[in-house]
Order: sequence, then structure tokens, then C-alpha cells
Amino acid sequence: MSIPPLDDRMQRLTAVRPRLLSFARLHLRNHAQAEDAVQDTLEAAIEKQASFSGLSGYETWVFGILKFKILDTMRAQKRQGTWQPLGDEADDEAIDRQFRRNGRWVKEARPASWGEPEAAFESETFWQVFDACMIALPDNVARVFSLRELMGLSTEEICRELGIKENNCWVILHRARLRLRACIEQGWLTEETP
Amino acid sequence: MIMCRRATELMSQRLDRPLMWQERLSLRFHLAMCGACSQCNRQFELLHAAGKRFEPAAQEEE
Repeated sequence: MSIPPLDDRMQRLTAVRPRLLSFARLHLRNHAQAEDAVQDTLEAAIEKQASFSGLSGYETWVFGILKFKILDTMRAQKRQGTWQPLGDEADDEAIDRQFRRNGRWVKEARPASWGEPEAAFESETFWQVFDACMIALPDNVARVFSLRELMGLSTEEICRELGIKENNCWVILHRARLRLRACIEQGWLTEETP
Repeated sequence: MIMCRRATELMSQRLDRPLMWQERLSLRFHLAMCGACSQCNRQFELLHAAGKRFEPAAQEEE
């Protein structure tokens, strides 16, 4: 596989830009910073095209550049102290509301069927609800979740990146998943069944 | 016997680290008996798979 010619690359970059942007926005939760990260990525992709080995697909390579930019931006956010501290997790009310004191589900919070995963993934509404629910997560919870599930980092890498303990990471991911599932179930199933 | 809340912790952690055999066993036992937790487990797995939608590899292979 060789390097695609410039015209072709520009076309592919234009085509992949919206996906780069929504990926960056889910991570950075700041539109301007997401735009900047994507812009830097596109420029780097043009400038450093010689380093595209052709081993992975072109879009995969571009996404790789974006992931670096996002991590850079997150590190800068962290240095600037704009992050709320990851509290050592007293109780999370949103979670406590889902369970009774004896550890069973509260009746109204019992998970219902979402049908087949393939059907969910093909539904435009599902993704709209997913994005809205991601945005609704508290910043510090969303950050850990997106590093794990969107960026694909291991919890060990996340701990190094954020300076938290692995145990803390698992607690936060558990909360993120419980919140997301509750939010999606509410938003999606009510949409689907008019 | 673990309760639902603990079961959701284990089904979440299962996606981030290998569970110990005792944990696997109590989770499996709980899931076999609890419909709500089985749904929750499917949803966690779906969320886990959903994160990969941005990965372009699959589309590029076409």
C-alpha cells in the first residue's frame, strides 16, 4: 500500500473530519479545544505524510495523530488546574438512587432489555442519546470513561495519565457505566416506543 | 451470595481486568438467577463495544 496522492488525501481528510471532531468533543468537552485538536491533526497529517507507513489504514493513522493531540490537550488542561479533583469517592447519589440499601435494584431502576446490540448500533437515535448521556456525565467521570472506552487505554495507563489509583479507576468506571446505562435507557427506550 | 450492586461492580471490572475465579463464580451464579443484572451485563458489554464505533479500521477494509 502506498501513500495516497494529495488530492485523494485531502478528500479523505475532509470526509473523516466530522468523525474526528465528534471524537475530540466527547473527550475534551470543550468545542474550541476540540476544533483546535482536529485542526492540528489535519495539519500534521498533511505535513508528516512521509511518516505514514501504509501498514495501517490512512484513517486509522489520522485517528492515531488525533489521539496524541487529545492526550496533549488533556495534559495541558490538567496542568492548568482546570480539572475538578477526582474525589476519593464518598457516595454517588446518582448510583445510590438505583439500589436499595440491601443491594438490590430499586424497582424503577431495574434494567430493561435494549433489544439486539446490532439494532441499537444502527439506530441514529441510539447514538444521539449516547452522546447526550456522555455530555451529561460529570467531567471527571466522563474523562476516565472516554480514556478507557473510546481511547482504549488500559486502567493502568489511565492511572498514570491522571495520577489516580487503579482501584479508584475501577470505581469511577463502574459509576460511569451505571449512569450511562440509566440515562440511555431512559432516553432511548422512551423515544423508541412512542 | 452477592447482591445486585456488587454484581454490577464485578461485571464492570470484568471489562477492565481479569476477575479472580471466586469473583467469576459468584458473578456467574448471580447472573443465572437475576434477570435485571443479566440485562445490565448486556448493556455494559454494549457500551464497551460502542466505544469502538470511531475506530475506522472496519470501514477502511471495505
